[in-house]
Order: sequence, then C-alpha cells, then structure tokens
Amino acid sequence: MFAFIVRRLMLLPLVLLALTVVIVGLLQFLTPQERAAAYITNENQARNIDKIIRERGLDQPFHVQYWKWLSSALRGDLGFSKASNKPVWDTIKERFPQTLEIALFAIIPLLGFGIWLGTRAGLNKDGPIDQFARVFAVITFNIPTFVLGILLLVVFYGFLSLAPGPGLVSAQTQVDMLINPVPRITGMLSIDSLLAGRWNVFWDVASHLVLPVITLATVSTATIIKVTRASIIEVMSQDYVRTARAKGLPDHVVNLKHARRNALIPVATLGGFTVIGLLQGAIITETIFGLGGIGSWGVDAAGKFDVPGLLGFALMAGVITVVASLLVDILYALIDPRVRFD
Amino acid sequence: MSTVSSKHTDPDALSARPSSFWQDRRVRRFRRNRLAVFGFITVVFFLLIAVFAPLLAPPPAVGNNCLRDLGGSSSTEVYNPTSAVFWKAMFFPPASCYLTARVNFSQQPTPPLASVQSDAGELRPIMGTSSGYDIWYGLIWGTRTALLLAVSVVFAQLLIGIALGGISGYYGGWVDNLIQRIIDVIFAFPSLVLVIVFTTLLGKSLPNVIIAFVMVGWAGYARIVRAEVLKVRSLEFVDGARALGASDLRIIFRHVLPNALTALLAIVVLDLGSVPLSAAALSFLGIGLPPGYADWGQIINSARAWLQGPPGQPWAYWYVSFFPAFTIILFGLGWNLLGDALRDALDPRNQ
Repeated sequence: MFAFIVRRLMLLPLVLLALTVVIVGLLQFLTPQERAAAYITNENQARNIDKIIRERGLDQPFHVQYWKWLSSALRGDLGFSKASNKPVWDTIKERFPQTLEIALFAIIPLLGFGIWLGTRAGLNKDGPIDQFARVFAVITFNIPTFVLGILLLVVFYGFLSLAPGPGLVSAQTQVDMLINPVPRITGMLSIDSLLAGRWNVFWDVASHLVLPVITLATVSTATIIKVTRASIIEVMSQDYVRTARAKGLPDHVVNLKHARRNALIPVATLGGFTVIGLLQGAIITETIFGLGGIGSWGVDAAGKFDVPGLLGFALMAGVITVVASLLVDILYALIDPRVRFD
Repeated sequence: MSTVSSKHTDPDALSARPSSFWQDRRVRRFRRNRLAVFGFITVVFFLLIAVFAPLLAPPPAVGNNCLRDLGGSSSTEVYNPTSAVFWKAMFFPPASCYLTARVNFSQQPTPPLASVQSDAGELRPIMGTSSGYDIWYGLIWGTRTALLLAVSVVFAQLLIGIALGGISGYYGGWVDNLIQRIIDVIFAFPSLVLVIVFTTLLGKSLPNVIIAFVMVGWAGYARIVRAEVLKVRSLEFVDGARALGASDLRIIFRHVLPNALTALLAIVVLDLGSVPLSAAALSFLGIGLPPGYADWGQIINSARAWLQGPPGQPWAYWYVSFFPAFTIILFGLGWNLLGDALRDALDPRNQ
C-alpha cells in the first residue's frame, strides 16, 4: 500500500512535466510577436517588441524556449495576465480559494443527497422512490450546466425575486466592505466573514451562493444517484448479504453495514471524476453568476486573448485533475480490501 | 430468454413477420423500452428540423444575406422545388444562411408573434426576438449548425481514433507507448479546458471549433479501439488469417475492426448528442462560434441581459430563455435516452 502511494507520488512530477511540454507546445501556434505580447505591461515596452523577442528568446527553437519557460515557471513567474491585470501566479493564489469555495459547498449536498437517494432507490428497486430517483436522475443529468444556471436565475431571481442576482455580494455589502474590509484568511469570503464575526456579510454571501451551488451540484448528483443505485442493487444480491439476513440481523444493520458500505466503493471512484466535473462546471457557473474564480478568469482570459492567463488556467486545471485522480486511486486502495496495486 | 417462454410472452414473436431486422432480439428489446422509443423519436425530430431548416425558417428578405447569396428574390421561392433556390438552400446553403436573421437593431426583446418593425416592413417572429435577433430562426438553423458540427466532429474522431487506436493495439511497442502517453496527457485536462485553449489559440470559426473538439475527443475512441484490438488480436481466427497469408491491413479491416464496431456505436450516438451541447456551452461563454452565428449557446446567452422583467411584470421576457433552454434540454435528453438504450441493447451481458 505504502509502496503504491510512493510510486504514484513519484509519477506525479512526470505527468506535470508532460503537461508543461504540451502547454508550451501550444504556444508554438502563435508568432513570436504574439508570444511577446504576453510580457508587455506598459506602453514603452510595446514599442520595443523586437527587443523583448530577443531578450526572452521567443524566436528560438522549441527546446530552448521550453527550458526558459520552465526555469522561470519554477521561480514562480508564469507571465502577466491581461485579464486580471496581475501576474498569473498572484491571480491563481487570489482566485483559487473562490473556486474552492463553491466547489466545497457543492460537494456536500451533492454527495449527501445523491448517496441518500441512490441508496433508498436501490433498496426499494422498482418502488415509487426508485421511479422518482430514476426520473430525477435522467432529467437533471440532461440539463446542461449553463442552461440550468440561466433557468434558475430567470425563475428564482427574475420571476419570483426569491434569490439575489449574479455576483458574490450585494452593492450595499460591497460598500460596507470598502469601509470596513473583511480580513483575508482563507480567501473564501463566506468563511473569512464568519471568522471575523461579520454576520451580515456572511448572510449576504451565503444567499448569493445558493443558486450557483445548486447549479454546480445538480449534474453530478444525477451520476452519484445512478451509480449508488446500481451498486446497491448489485451488492444486495451478494452471498454475504444473504448470509447476514439469514443470521437474522435486522434490516437496517444489513442495509447500512453490509450493503451500503460495500456499495460505496464504486461511488468513491466516481468522487474523483466528480471533482473534475465540478471544475468544468465551475468554469460555466462562475461565468453565469459573475463570481470571481479560476473558471471565470480562464473564460475572461480566452475572450481577451490573454495567452499567459489562459495557459496558467490550463496548467492549474491539469494539476487539479492529476492530483484528484491520484487521490482517487489512493482512496480506492484504502477502502477496498480486494484491491492490491502491487 | 428461452424460446418456449418467449413465444407466449413476446407479442412480436406471435406476429410472424418475415423481416429479420424487426425479429432481432436486440431490436425487440429496444422497441419494448418506452424511453428508448421516446429518445429515438426526439432524435428523428431534430434531424428533420436540421434537414428542413430552410423550409421551417426561410431566408428572410432582410436580416442576413442568405436570400441574396442564394440568388433568390423572395422568401417564398424556397418552397418551390422546381427553383434552384430550393435545392441550393436545402443542400448547399451559403455561409450567410447560418447567421441568425436580425430583425432590427433594438436591444429590447419582443414577445412571440408580436408585431415588429423591420426594414422589410412589419414582421411577426414566431418566438419573438432577443437583441434584435429572430429566436425561431436562430434555433432552427442552430439545430443544423449543431448537427453539422456533431457529425463532422464525431466522424473525424472516429477516423483518427480507429487509425491511431488500431496502430497502437495491433503493432504495440514504442508506437503504442507514444500514443498512449499522448492520450494520458489529454486525459489529464478537463476536456472543456483544452477545447477553450485550442479554440482561443486557433481563432473563432466553425472549422476551428471542430478541430478543437477533434483534437481532444479522439483519445477516447483510440482507447476503446486499442482495447478491442488487443482483445481480438490474440484470438485463433486472427492467427488463422495470418497463417493463410493475409496482410496486416486486411486483418485489421476484415477481422479486428468489425468486432470493435459494436463498442464504438454506443459512444458515437452519445457523442452526437453531447458534442452540440459542449459547443453550445462554449458559445455561451463567448469562446465558440463567431458572434451572430445561428447557434443555441449564443441565443441563450442573450437571455443573461433579460433575467428580470420591467417592474410589475417579472414574467415579461420568459421567451428569451425558455425557448432555447427547452430546445437544448430536449435535444440532450433524446440523444442520451437513445444512446443508453442502444448500449443496453448491444450489451452482450443482457442476452
């Protein structure tokens, strides 16, 4: 087990290195002038594009450029993002917690509700709750994130005025925060305001996060329901469940201890893919709801042809995906005694 | 299922029709599944919309250059099968037809069937307008755009996937290793992120969006083909073919690929449904097709400016978001139900 984790951890830098090769390789689509634009931060530099190209070696062959890029990236210099008007690395540090914030809030109802409904449906196969769960899963699975976000905004903000509009805080709270700033601790405004005891800010942020979190969680919930249900149904026909019943154990003990615990093994695998799905969903959700985060920054960078920003965003997405799939493998090996990786 | 019991339980078995297609167990299983039939009908419905788009949303007199580029003088000419305009619009519409007809330049949405002033006089757009664009025209031609994109992307992915997956699985060695490592790197990114990066670097246009999707999507196909090839390669009949002196190409195309096709069919159908939705998401973010294209994502994007109605009439702009949302959801639902049913029907474990 330990050897497996160490081996996977050793593979991680290799995969990340491959990611950076692809990322710098993508830059070769552009002319040296276009690549130089990435380093221009003021007007004076814009007049000396050729100098920048020479200094940075942007007209050099790929391997020279890659080495330059890698050595500066390792020193934390990923270039300057026009979209955020800050260095790429600073932007990532500032915005990543905000993406984490909605992802964390989404993952709780997602797993809780999905596993609960999936278990109930699987235990009552073909019963009314199973029918409901199946219809629910089919419908929610087929509403794309961007359509769901718009519909939720139109109905709950536009028609019913039950929810606030796009944005993380209302205008009033924004003014309040300018006068009396909330100290930045985690970078997640909801948690920072809670830690600072600013209840009005917390309440405002929380109410603004309800619709984005529902938007982000819904599509993945459908998958969790489907997999949990199928897995429970399969486990319930296993011999050890029949044995447990035959021993006279009460239903709830069999259902929870024998069936659900084992049925959750595939769900755990799925959890990793869900994290990757949440990342894709965050790109769309943050854009619709006007939240600052990695996703809305990436979209902004793409729209403004901010190449360093776009590549920093892609690198970040790649790192998250690789780390998430590593965690899934480790989790899988930990919870399933049948799995041995060596 | 045993033959004896099926005679009594299966109504299809009683009506002894000579057609072997309808008698096939897989087809029967598919037809009994009501959701599958719903999915099939929905998909056919969208295919018909795409094919007959020029008749459902005829080229307008003003709003785009479609009618001029078709060489017609009036919108009704497309309904006349003896005119060249009809055939050109149906099969080779000029690029301008794929631009959403712009009724006027008023930002304010107008409700369905309401009278709208345009340069060509008074019009009554069926689904209203949004930012001056005719929603009906955008959705109908958007269906054509979506399916055109889906078919091109899936076809190209299939070709590349079969070629590279086949080479990878059949020859093995360093070629296999190289291709697999490339696939690993593609899988190390969320696909939407890669598509965003590729489209941005290549530039906004329909061909570039197609290229971006193919560059990301072929990897999944190659994986499947490779796995199937590895499975089949070591079977006796392939050894037999080789012993008889069959060439590598003949073995790949005659013996290995036909066995992989079943596995590919289900993913092809699911992708035909999901690629248009991803493309719509991309356009929604403003990174996909160029602005003004008849495209679901752009139409629903314009709804973001009209979330709230004027004071006292919160429902005033419902049509701006509801029509495109309904179209997109129905499309995704139909393809997904069809794809799921196909996968179940073709799954040998169910036989």
